Amino acid sequence: MNDLTLIRKNLFRKKLRAILLTLSILIAFLIFGVLGAFHTVWTSGGALAADNRLITVNRINFTVSMPFAYWNRVAAIEGVENVAHASWFGGYFQEQTQQVQTFAVDPATYLAAYPELTMPAEQRQAFLDTRDCLLVGTDLAGQYGWSVGDTIPLLSNIWQKTDGTSSWTFNICAIFDAEDDKVPANYAVFHYDYYNEALAFNSDQVGWLIINTTDPSFNDQVSRAVDELFANSPSETETTTEAAFNEAFANQFGNIALILLFVVGSAFTTILIIVGFTMVTAINERTGEIAVMKTLGFPAPRIFRMVLAESVMLSLVGGLLGLGLANLMISGVADAAAAFLPGLALSAQVFWVGVGLAILLGLLTGIVPAINAQRVKIITALGKQ
Amino acid sequence: MTSLYSLTDLSKGYTRGKESITIFEELTMTIPEGDFMAIMGPSGSGKTTLLNLLGGIDRPTSGSVECQGVRVDKLSEGKLAKWRSQNVGFIFQFYNLMPTLTAAQNVELPLLLTGLSGKQRKERVATALDIVGLADRKGHRPRQLSGGQQQRVAIARAIVADPKVLLCDEPTGDLDRKSADEILETLQLLNKDLGKTIVMVTHDPSAAKYARRELHLDKGRFVEQAQEPAQ
Repeated sequence: MNDLTLIRKNLFRKKLRAILLTLSILIAFLIFGVLGAFHTVWTSGGALAADNRLITVNRINFTVSMPFAYWNRVAAIEGVENVAHASWFGGYFQEQTQQVQTFAVDPATYLAAYPELTMPAEQRQAFLDTRDCLLVGTDLAGQYGWSVGDTIPLLSNIWQKTDGTSSWTFNICAIFDAEDDKVPANYAVFHYDYYNEALAFNSDQVGWLIINTTDPSFNDQVSRAVDELFANSPSETETTTEAAFNEAFANQFGNIALILLFVVGSAFTTILIIVGFTMVTAINERTGEIAVMKTLGFPAPRIFRMVLAESVMLSLVGGLLGLGLANLMISGVADAAAAFLPGLALSAQVFWVGVGLAILLGLLTGIVPAINAQRVKIITALGKQ
Repeated sequence: MTSLYSLTDLSKGYTRGKESITIFEELTMTIPEGDFMAIMGPSGSGKTTLLNLLGGIDRPTSGSVECQGVRVDKLSEGKLAKWRSQNVGFIFQFYNLMPTLTAAQNVELPLLLTGLSGKQRKERVATALDIVGLADRKGHRPRQLSGGQQQRVAIARAIVADPKVLLCDEPTGDLDRKSADEILETLQLLNKDLGKTIVMVTHDPSAAKYARRELHLDKGRFVEQAQEPAQ
C-alpha cells in the first residue's frame, strides 16, 4: 500500500458518485476532443499556406468573379513569379447530394502555383495536354471509386452551357496526391478553356488569382501593386496572403475558434462547478478520517497533496477516457469525411492540450477541498464524532 | 521507573463567547515509563483534554508537557506530527478505522510515515495483527468485523510503529462486557509483556481495574488511587 492506494480507494469509495463524476468529465473532454479535431482541420489551411502565395479576390467578396484579363496584367507586376487563376464550378456527380469541389484552372500555372501536388510525370503531362482532362485528388477518387481512364459527367449547379445543359463530360487522366496528409486531396481541377468556351453566361471571368511572389519579402509590395492596379475599376480587388485568405474562408462558417471556446468553456465551467462542489462535499464527509490520519502523524502538506492528487486523478481518468472516445469517434468518421475534411484526426497537440486542461481542471476543483483538508482541526473533528 | 512524561503547572482553558472556562489549572504530574494508568472522572472534568495534551493534538494554555526531554507543547505542527507518528499510539472509543481499507491496510497506515520497505511493513502488520489475535481477518474491511474485532485492529494500528506510549480514549465505551474484557486484557498484555506505557481514559470502574493505578480527575485536581491490577 502507498499514498496512491489511499487516493484511489478514497476516489472510488462511492462508486456511483465516482462514475457519474467521471462521466461528466468524460463528456466535457469528448466535446473538446471532437471540436478540437474539427478546429484543427478548419484552420489547417493557414498552416499549409505557402509563405510566398497570395490570393486576389473581388473586393466585393470572393464569390464575385473578375475579368480574365486581370490574369495577364498581374503577371507583369514586379516581384510576381507565377500567376494562376481558378473559378468555382459548383459541381456534383449524378445527384445534387454528391457534391464535388471542382475548379476551372489554367493547368500549367496552377500546377506551378501548387508544387506540393504530386502525380506521375505521364499523368501530369496528360493533364497539361488533354482539354477535357479532370485532375482528381486521391481522396475524391477514393470516395467515388474513380481511376485514371474513367469518363465521368459532372454537373454544375451554377453554370449553364450554351446548349442549355449543365453537364460537362470529363476524362480522368491524372490523380494527384501530396506528401503531407494535411494538404487537401479532396477536389478536382480541369481546363478553364474547356469550361469557358461552353458557358452560356459569365464567360471570360475568373474567380480568383493565385500569385506566387519571387520572395515572401515582396508580398506586401505585390499585394499593394495588384490592388492599386485595379483601383476604381468595376472589379476592384483585394489581395491577401494565402494564410489570411484560408482563415477568412474558414471563418465564413462562423468563428470556429470562438465557437470552440464558447462550447468547451461552457462545458468546463459547468463541470468545474459540479466536480468542485462534489469534491468539497466528499472531503467534508471525510473530516473525521482526515483528523485520524493527522493524529497518526500524517503531516498537513501530505494530506493537502493527497486530496489534490485525488481530484487530479479523477479529472485525468475522465479526461483521458473522453479524449480516447473522441479519438475513436473521429477515427470512425475520418474516412467517410476525407473528401470534405481531409486529415480529420485528433492531433497530438489537441491531445496534450486536453491532458493539460484535465490537470488544470483537477487542480482547480481540488484546491479548495485540499485546503479544507489541510486545515482540519483534530480536536474539533474528533469531537464531532 | 524512569519518568516518561513530566507535566508541570499545566493549565488548560478556553473561551466561549465572553466567558472563560478553566478545565484544569497548574496540574503537575509525572507518568513513569511502563505505567498503565486509568484516568477517571465525571464528564467535563478534562480527562480527554489531558489525553489530547499528552498526545500532542492539543496545546496547553500554560505550563509544559515534556516527554523524554522533548517539550511537546513547543513543537511546530510539522514536528509534532512526526513526533506523534514515532512516539504515540492512539486508540479511540469508536475505533476510527478507514472504511475503505482492509484490516491489514488500516494497520499499515502509520507505517507509511516510516522508511520501511513494503516487505518490512507487511511483516510488521502481520506481527501486530497476530498480537491482537486477528491474523485471519487481515483481508476484512471494518464493516465486516464486530466492534471488538474493530477495536483490536485499532490496537494493532496503534502498536505497529512500536510507539512508547498508547493513549486510549474510552477504548471499551462502545463494546459489550465480554469484548471489553478481551480488549482490556490485550492492553494489559501490551503493558506487561511489551512494556508499553498506557494512559487510558474511562468512565468504567471495572475497566479501570485493569490498570496499575487509577487517577481521579475532579475539578481540575488529581486524586490518586493505587490498586492491584485485575486478574
